[in-house]
Amino acid sequence: MEILRLPISASQRGKLISAGYTSLYSLSSISSSDLARELKVPESEALEILKAVSHTRGLEISNASCSIVEGAQNAWDMLHEEESLMHITTSSADLDNILGGGIHCKEVTEIGGVPGIGKTQLGIQIAVNVQIPHDFGGLGGKAIYIDTEGSFMVERAFQIAEACIEDMSEYNRFLRKDFQACEIRMQPKDILENIFYFRICSYTEQIALINYLDKFISEHKDVKVVVVDSVTFHFRQDFDDMALRTRVLSGMALKLMNLAKKFSLAVVLLNQVTTKHTEGSFQLALALGDSWSHTCTNRIVLYWNGNERYAYIDKSPSLRSASAAYSVTARGIRNSSSSCKRIKMM
Amino acid sequence: MANKLISEIPLPKSIANVFSARNISIAKEALSLTEFELMELLDVGLTEVRSAISQISEIVAPPYQTALSLMEQRLRNEHLGGHFPTGLKGLDAALCGGIPFGVLTELVGPAGIGKTQFCLKLSLLASLPTNYGGLDGRVIYIDVESKFSSKRLLEIGLRSFPEIFRMKEMAKEMAGRILVLRPTSLSEFTEHLQQIKVSLLQNRVKMLVIDSMTAIVSGEHEHGSRREQTLSWHISFIKSLAELSRIPVVVTNQVRSRNHNEASQYSFQVQSKDAPTETLSGYDSHLVAAMGIQWAHAVTTRLVLEAKSGQRFIKVAKSPISPPLAFPFHITSSGILLLSNEGMELMGPEINSIRCQGHNEIISFGMESLH
Repeated sequence: MEILRLPISASQRGKLISAGYTSLYSLSSISSSDLARELKVPESEALEILKAVSHTRGLEISNASCSIVEGAQNAWDMLHEEESLMHITTSSADLDNILGGGIHCKEVTEIGGVPGIGKTQLGIQIAVNVQIPHDFGGLGGKAIYIDTEGSFMVERAFQIAEACIEDMSEYNRFLRKDFQACEIRMQPKDILENIFYFRICSYTEQIALINYLDKFISEHKDVKVVVVDSVTFHFRQDFDDMALRTRVLSGMALKLMNLAKKFSLAVVLLNQVTTKHTEGSFQLALALGDSWSHTCTNRIVLYWNGNERYAYIDKSPSLRSASAAYSVTARGIRNSSSSCKRIKMM
Repeated sequence: MANKLISEIPLPKSIANVFSARNISIAKEALSLTEFELMELLDVGLTEVRSAISQISEIVAPPYQTALSLMEQRLRNEHLGGHFPTGLKGLDAALCGGIPFGVLTELVGPAGIGKTQFCLKLSLLASLPTNYGGLDGRVIYIDVESKFSSKRLLEIGLRSFPEIFRMKEMAKEMAGRILVLRPTSLSEFTEHLQQIKVSLLQNRVKMLVIDSMTAIVSGEHEHGSRREQTLSWHISFIKSLAELSRIPVVVTNQVRSRNHNEASQYSFQVQSKDAPTETLSGYDSHLVAAMGIQWAHAVTTRLVLEAKSGQRFIKVAKSPISPPLAFPFHITSSGILLLSNEGMELMGPEINSIRCQGHNEIISFGMESLH
């Protein structure tokens, strides 16, 4: 029944059905005063119902001529969009390589790993790198850093920002060769000023903040990345009702995906690790369960391989499964210095 | 903020009435439901639900700060920008000033290696006035295994800061600032934590030490992961205590032997046969930290104390700011001393391994076995 699709309250729907209105067409030519009389509701309410009807119908009518289904885009147009997709570099060329240029905008990327592998480091590096100006191939945007565990260290962000600016000056000197022009006027303090830091102390605050981000980002249009460090923490402690947890998490994931698409920004979610009993042995797996693992677009696992840190693309609609080595240095995330590193295609 | 009353949020009267009629009185309950569930429960349209949720969310969401203002605020208000110097120069340099405020720092190592000694020294340091490098405040020491020795504390004080501790009133003042709690059960521990929260800011408490976290449930459960689940509320609570009061929190952890079915690889590693089958610390080290992986995620800084070929090391195994360094140390009458301020940088996951080689002395309170 078409009436069921209308965004009106259950009792209003009930009244329409009992008055005999089951299709949208039946409501197309009735006036609000007549409807008010039939349903025994005030005229203002009847007007609202009719508005909802015409809105839903209006969408259908206007598109009958131009496309087959409302809101669809054809794949060719999407190709152009995908090619002009922006990336945020991770400062490690090998890592950027397997990521197809860097962290994708308009997508949600989940990054997980054992404690101490460098998740927060990568998060801070991305929050700094998003600010690289257009002249240097960056997005020139700002960052939102949502800290749920208190692992964000300002001093470390300062260090990474400083190193980033030094690298940019180096690049400048190397390639531009004219010493006065394009001097970097950015200071580490400026970079820190463009990171909006939120500290979350409970899962309710986490949900509230993600709901609020839509309004916040509309007011700060140059935000180009949202980093959540970590998305897991508050969901591992308080929940007794697992079904509720799954519902809340998927609602959150959906909102983040909508944010990514609406404002063309990248969403990076850092996740923790847990042990899972599969195939007769205990294995490591990213936390929050199986249903969560479906919700993110891309999934990267950071792990130890011998003495090196590696990143593995566990799930991506457009990238091959591959792993690459990286290292965490005093300057931030960089290529691994080992000579036997190679990108492994799996 | 999560327990904000809906009645205090400026919502349109009609929807506020419906919320209270349906017994949804705090924000937490409203935000845990999906839009659809709210529509059904409150019997209102989608637009109203959306606007109510967005208003509630805006009020409940925490305010933001730019990273710059965060840094400036800390430099202005806090001792050394939020760090507590341990007196061990090499370690302090690696940790960018010392043990960070507002987060958990863990000391893990085998029995007798020096964790309690380190805690005693830190408690003493915290009680000292700032011109001696202290935090000039009270210390709460939760001593689960009854290892706290005031005699040893005063000995350390006398050897390290003779000018203060020789005077009896000063010694009494400093020692008087260290409050020792000895919970005998998990519920007592829980009560203590709640009381601490209340008195934290009022009584100028500048540091919290918990020695040890593992012992709290060791009598009650055996398996590692069960232990964690019992303590998950406490872990979260202690973290929020640290955060709100911006004090350093030091927690000690014990070790246990590694199980053979210990998880150490992901499914994709198991599948690819040509990946080098490394294991986290190699088979020569069969000791791992007693609390599990969830705890390891919750601590911000992890210092591993181990003994390798008879020499003790303190390693920075997990830190947002320090590279993986190991410093040799020994224990003297004035506490822990580093033998070298230049740490050795360790590669790979070796920084996490805990060894107990050539360390057979038992440290007694009489300090018979000094190097």
